[in-house]
Amino acid sequence: MANYELDATGLLCPMPVIKTQDRAQELNAGDTLVVYCTDPGAINDVTAWCRINGHKVLEARQVEERIIIKLEVMH
Amino acid sequence: MFGIIPVWLDISNNMTRQIKAVSLISGGLDSLLATKVVMDQGVHVEGINFYTGFCVEGHTHAIRKKDRAKPKRNNALWVAETLGIKLHIIDVIEEYKEVLINPKHGYGANMNPCHDCKTFMVRKALEWIDHNEFDFIITGEVVGQRPMSQRKDTMPVIARESGAGDRLLRPLCARFMPETLAEREGWVKREQLLGFNGRSRKPQMALAKQYGFEDYAQPAGGCCFLTDEKYSDKLVDLWEARGNKEYEMDDIMLLKVGRHIRPAKNYKLIIAREEGEVNFMQGYRNRFISIKTLSHSGPLVLVDGDPSDEDLLLAARITARYSQCQQEEEVEMELCSPNQDTRLIRLKPLPVSEMPASWSV
Repeated sequence: MANYELDATGLLCPMPVIKTQDRAQELNAGDTLVVYCTDPGAINDVTAWCRINGHKVLEARQVEERIIIKLEVMH
Repeated sequence: MFGIIPVWLDISNNMTRQIKAVSLISGGLDSLLATKVVMDQGVHVEGINFYTGFCVEGHTHAIRKKDRAKPKRNNALWVAETLGIKLHIIDVIEEYKEVLINPKHGYGANMNPCHDCKTFMVRKALEWIDHNEFDFIITGEVVGQRPMSQRKDTMPVIARESGAGDRLLRPLCARFMPETLAEREGWVKREQLLGFNGRSRKPQMALAKQYGFEDYAQPAGGCCFLTDEKYSDKLVDLWEARGNKEYEMDDIMLLKVGRHIRPAKNYKLIIAREEGEVNFMQGYRNRFISIKTLSHSGPLVLVDGDPSDEDLLLAARITARYSQCQQEEEVEMELCSPNQDTRLIRLKPLPVSEMPASWSV
């Protein structure tokens, strides 16, 4: 189990979703990925993508202008 | 209520697997319904959505300040979640350039190469199903619904030119189309597919009601900036000014924001219209010359092209004209180069009477 980060700041949806998708495909079940975004829509879109594709959302919050989403890769 | 019975394929040595299809999900009502119709026949379906860069979904709503408080949902993700299927979003920005720059079947009413676009997407879906061992492709096309790509004469061409052939199923209008592989093999029953046709969305809305789908994206809503006249005008202007049709992602994005003013062929101004656009355009100050009014409130302006010093003075006067100082005799402006060298100048805002309408892109 390893922890990773993805900087998707400055990208507009759906690019944060695409980047999360592509990175998650490279990881193993049990790995965690923290995604940083600035597009406010990302908090809904990335978490929706996680639900749809069976990954676990551990955390999703906004700190000032930054969206932080932590997910666990399930497969 | 009867359960859905999966459809199985014999693969070898008495082994079977469920028939699998990929559905092109735009996020619209048609792709939602087409997918559901096939899922109800026991086929495993996953969604695929291709991101060309020109999608209306999301972008400008993340830029404008008034829209940031209520971000618009991504309808393709909503459709997938509503149906309970996986969605694969594929970045095709680079490959799509050839579709847009050189469409075999030309453009529609604006810069929309819909026929070539659909062929391209079906071809990409075909690559995906071959790579992932899926069996056929679903689209929500309805014969007679769209003037360029969804016509009785063009839909067979799309199937042929994409290479998908009879592996492409259009469940909503299958009764008007030749029998496909999925029907011949018994993976789906033709009598349970539909015969929608024409431009009315009433049959789709009635079917949505039957399924209990609410809150879907409004039918007939434009999903592509290339169908928008104003956006298309700006794209054509960009190509004509550059003398070629090349573009980058940043160009696509900047065409969606600001007021575009072209005083001469060699340069144009992108003028932010509100705070959200100012914040967005700030990120491009290391690529373009930028201008802002220091002595009064005013917008951020980016200068795209190759302006001379004289051009920049005019650009600064135009910037002042869009600031809160139109009646002033003299205002202070800051010109900033991409490497952040700044120059301060004082000048008189350009009167409205000296700005021809032809400058507006």
